[in-house]
Amino acid sequence: MIDLLLEVRGLRTWLGPEDQPVRAVDGVDLALRHGETYVLVGESGCGKSMIAYSLMRLLPPSGRIVAGEVLLEGRSLLELTEAEMRRERGGSIGMIFQESMTSLNPVMSVGRQVAEAVRLHDPEHAANPRPRVIELFRQVGISDPEHRVNEYPHQLSGGMKQRVMIAIALAGCPKVLIADEPTTALDVTIQAQVLELLRDLQRETGMAILLITHDLGVAAEMADRVGVMYAGQLVETAGVREFFDLPHHPYSCKLCRALPGADKRAQGLDAIPGRVPPLDQAFSHCRFLDRCEARQAVCEGAAPPWRGEAEDGYRCYLAVEQIALGPPAARDEGAAPAKAVAPLLRARGLQVHFPIRKGVLRRVVGQTCAVDGLDIDLWPGRTLALVGESGCGKTTAGKALLQLLRPTGGSVRFDGVDLTRLRGTPLRRLRRQFQIIFQDSASSMNPRMLVEDIVAEGMVAQGIGTSRAARRERVIELLDQVGLSAVALRRYPHEFSGGQRQRIAIARALAVEPRLIVCDEPTSALDVSVQAQVLNLLEHLQDELGLAYLFITHDISVVAYLADEMAVMYLGRIVEQGTAETVLEHPAHPYTRALLAAVPVPDPKHRRTIIRLESDLPSPVAPPSGCHFRERCPWMMPRCHEAYPPMRELASGHRVACWSYEDGE
Amino acid sequence: MGFQPVVLATDALIYLLLALAVGFALYARRHEHLRAPWRQVAASRTAMGALVVLVVYVFIGLLDTVHFRPLQGQDAQGRPRYATEVLSLLDLITTPLREHREKTYSAPFATHLYMRETIELPDGRKVRDYPRLKWGGAHLADPADRAADIARRVAAGLVLGLAIWGGALLLAARGRPARFRCLLRAPELAALRSAAWTGLVVALLLGLVLTLAGVWHLLGTDKVGEDVFYQSLKSVRTGLVIGTLTTLVMLPAAVLLGIMAGYFRGWVDDVIQYLYTTLSSVPGVLLIAAAVLMMQIYMNNHQAEFNSLAERADLRLLFLCLILGVTSWTSLCRLLRGETLKLRQLEYVQAAQAFGVRHFTILARHVLPNVMHIVLIVVVLDFSGLVLAEAVLSYINIGVDPNTNSWGNMINSARLELAREPVVWWSLVAAFVFIFMLVLAANLFADVVRDAFDPRLRERT
Repeated sequence: MIDLLLEVRGLRTWLGPEDQPVRAVDGVDLALRHGETYVLVGESGCGKSMIAYSLMRLLPPSGRIVAGEVLLEGRSLLELTEAEMRRERGGSIGMIFQESMTSLNPVMSVGRQVAEAVRLHDPEHAANPRPRVIELFRQVGISDPEHRVNEYPHQLSGGMKQRVMIAIALAGCPKVLIADEPTTALDVTIQAQVLELLRDLQRETGMAILLITHDLGVAAEMADRVGVMYAGQLVETAGVREFFDLPHHPYSCKLCRALPGADKRAQGLDAIPGRVPPLDQAFSHCRFLDRCEARQAVCEGAAPPWRGEAEDGYRCYLAVEQIALGPPAARDEGAAPAKAVAPLLRARGLQVHFPIRKGVLRRVVGQTCAVDGLDIDLWPGRTLALVGESGCGKTTAGKALLQLLRPTGGSVRFDGVDLTRLRGTPLRRLRRQFQIIFQDSASSMNPRMLVEDIVAEGMVAQGIGTSRAARRERVIELLDQVGLSAVALRRYPHEFSGGQRQRIAIARALAVEPRLIVCDEPTSALDVSVQAQVLNLLEHLQDELGLAYLFITHDISVVAYLADEMAVMYLGRIVEQGTAETVLEHPAHPYTRALLAAVPVPDPKHRRTIIRLESDLPSPVAPPSGCHFRERCPWMMPRCHEAYPPMRELASGHRVACWSYEDGE
Repeated sequence: MGFQPVVLATDALIYLLLALAVGFALYARRHEHLRAPWRQVAASRTAMGALVVLVVYVFIGLLDTVHFRPLQGQDAQGRPRYATEVLSLLDLITTPLREHREKTYSAPFATHLYMRETIELPDGRKVRDYPRLKWGGAHLADPADRAADIARRVAAGLVLGLAIWGGALLLAARGRPARFRCLLRAPELAALRSAAWTGLVVALLLGLVLTLAGVWHLLGTDKVGEDVFYQSLKSVRTGLVIGTLTTLVMLPAAVLLGIMAGYFRGWVDDVIQYLYTTLSSVPGVLLIAAAVLMMQIYMNNHQAEFNSLAERADLRLLFLCLILGVTSWTSLCRLLRGETLKLRQLEYVQAAQAFGVRHFTILARHVLPNVMHIVLIVVVLDFSGLVLAEAVLSYINIGVDPNTNSWGNMINSARLELAREPVVWWSLVAAFVFIFMLVLAANLFADVVRDAFDPRLRERT
């Protein structure tokens, strides 16, 4: 097969001790052709990244390739000496990593870092790399490359840094580009830019891309072919259209069905129970068996065979027709509770400014306006999603509402009481009514405390429960409510997986019987299947207890699935606000439109038109005059320079701050 | 024999420290996050070997901490009268050593004094010669038998040491041979094996001391004829007291101020930072010298307030601990402030705030346990530094009371002895060996403890 560029056969990569190795990659075959994009998808801990590191032979010290072949144009990479391999890395195989922040050396200008790669892998330009560096910068879409080459990593935004990383990878004119989660750390609008760049570069240079991602939307958008990893093995490979039309393997099906989205509002999400099995064992049966809904008697036997073609098949005993997955649990929607007379929480003109001090005397020279005049109403039993990209102040707003950060100005009325005026004991007593769930479940629990004490902490502080025994009973009840057994009581948080820890965090918040919970990106650190479990749980608790949620997130699909109302934040202010349905279907503000258009959709037939936003989020220290969005806005008008547009009501409850609607569009 | 117990100020603090250590051990037993690192320490061969040495030192120090006054007959009314001299258990055990005073210097294992004296012979003639010692080797009729006697006693001592070691092992294994075999072979008991081998060395030394020390001056005698080996043993307590009590004194201030500065920020932080920056810019030796000299003058002017010499010397020792503590808390305080600054940003602290938990409860429950590993590491690392500091300070005469036995005082007096011809080397060597063993063991142990408790290192393994 002459057109095969990269071929991997029976790759096995083990990590850790000899006697109990972690079989991170356990027999993977894959093939990559010229100009093709192969996307590996799967949840964390499935060995996706380890494949990339094995190909580059950049394994951690305890890692070793115990079997298999890696052929690049027929040459075996695993048999090269280390010196020869070094020429291949960055030469014929380029790689970009997830963390562009830590992949660049902070004390070298980015131009020199790219020049280093040019000097190593491009003998033609080795003597004078600068013109080539500028050319590369232009190629990856960095404007004003002559000046940018002299800048240092901290002067560049995340998206720019990722572009520099791509420039470094391109320096050796690679035939294969391995991209390990290249956009996971980026905002959706930047992600759209980077993905588009990768596609353009592929068209220009004809290189093959091996893209590793956990995001099915990205896969649908980029892939020619898709491979699904589960527990160190490929469980399915297929062309992208075929895959998204009809995934075969039960795991692939469930993965697609676990994705939240507007179309799933009527039903619950199809969560996959359990978690990826630990890889430090030798599997004698199907790895997905314990979590599989469609399992039958045959599945109990030895490891399942590969069905279908080598490059178009799946690993299962069952034929497609035999795989029967039940319908997802119906969501007991009930009637969404009617809006109560008064909102539970009403914030008006909420401001959080951080002073910037400079000089010897630490004089205040300016203000960072993290939140700058926020108006929010939150009704009992309903969910308000606060959406925005990183750095727009949404987390700060959430903390300021709960008085974890003292707002600089404005008022927050909770059930009629102005929280900003409360101090000391009255505020402490009122805290019982509103709680917060954090993004990182690991750092939100004291690692030195038992789960029992963690969950009971709020009860002790609020004087709920008369005795230790009574509180323990309540804790058991709460754990049961979030789907954990009483065994958890005597354990430490690190003994649980991310999803389970997030459940404990929810139980902890519920312990004081709050009426409002601020959920600060509670699922963004979780895998899709686990995210579905947590979202279902939150949903269920709302129906049962009538909680109000303020859901802070950057993930539009979660909003579409969960939220009743949504507010889009940009640079400390709300630019658009309305019911989730209206905003999602008829976005009015140009920023909302761009944001929605940038979200990758897990459907390859759906090619969206990207509204390209220029540059990155401006600094909240010195926002642009007039409308904060004007520098990036495709509809910019002269009057946008002059003043910040007022909020204007388009329809009942749908409000937007943009001059375009001032004259009644 | 009757006695009257005496509790000196440092004794009381040592008992307190002991109680704290036992309390901490009980607490750690119940908490997995504390037990796990200690298990790692217990699995380390170096640590267990060092621990045996440390335990020997601590045992000697504790024996020397139990003070009392022996009964000395009765007074006129028939009430018991106690000696003015305060003794310790160690003094009691080493009574022969304490009482075997020579006239002046004598070398280790000597039968004769180190200095010529005019001796009157039975026939009335006067000769200048090295006189026989009053105690050292006095049991020998002929000093020429010295080598044979020492060899015999060494052999007996080694046999005795082996017997003690064997007996201890038997006791540990409770007579079951299976346990012995297990100890010899099992790879997971390697640490225990190295502890046992260190124990063998200790037991042999103990055997030798038991057979030899009664009749010979193992490490010679000093200027006033006191046994140097006895002095070295007595110095153990001083070293340990300085190394541990100083920490005990500074710990509350350092921990409380450090985490308060990091947690509350604002003016609290400013005040505390100002305090420790000022303190740490004053040269430590200067501060110590000034404080100790002031104390000395106070003591000289108020002699009547002290019941005994021991009490006076003890107070000076305590004062030295205090002042060393004052100068050494700043670095720990700074470390803790930095760590707390990091911790207060963590979400579990914010979650506790969201529950309305009080600030001091948050400090006690969420911050303190998570900085404890730093405290432990610093305390163990500081210990050896403080033992050495005592030696240096006593050497320049601002350390402990000259009457207190301490390695620093031994070294101080060795300054003149080294200038003599012929040289008197044994005081210095004795002090050196005792300090060296203690500090080496403490450092080895501290290294293992630090590795076990440092979370960054733990993640890598």
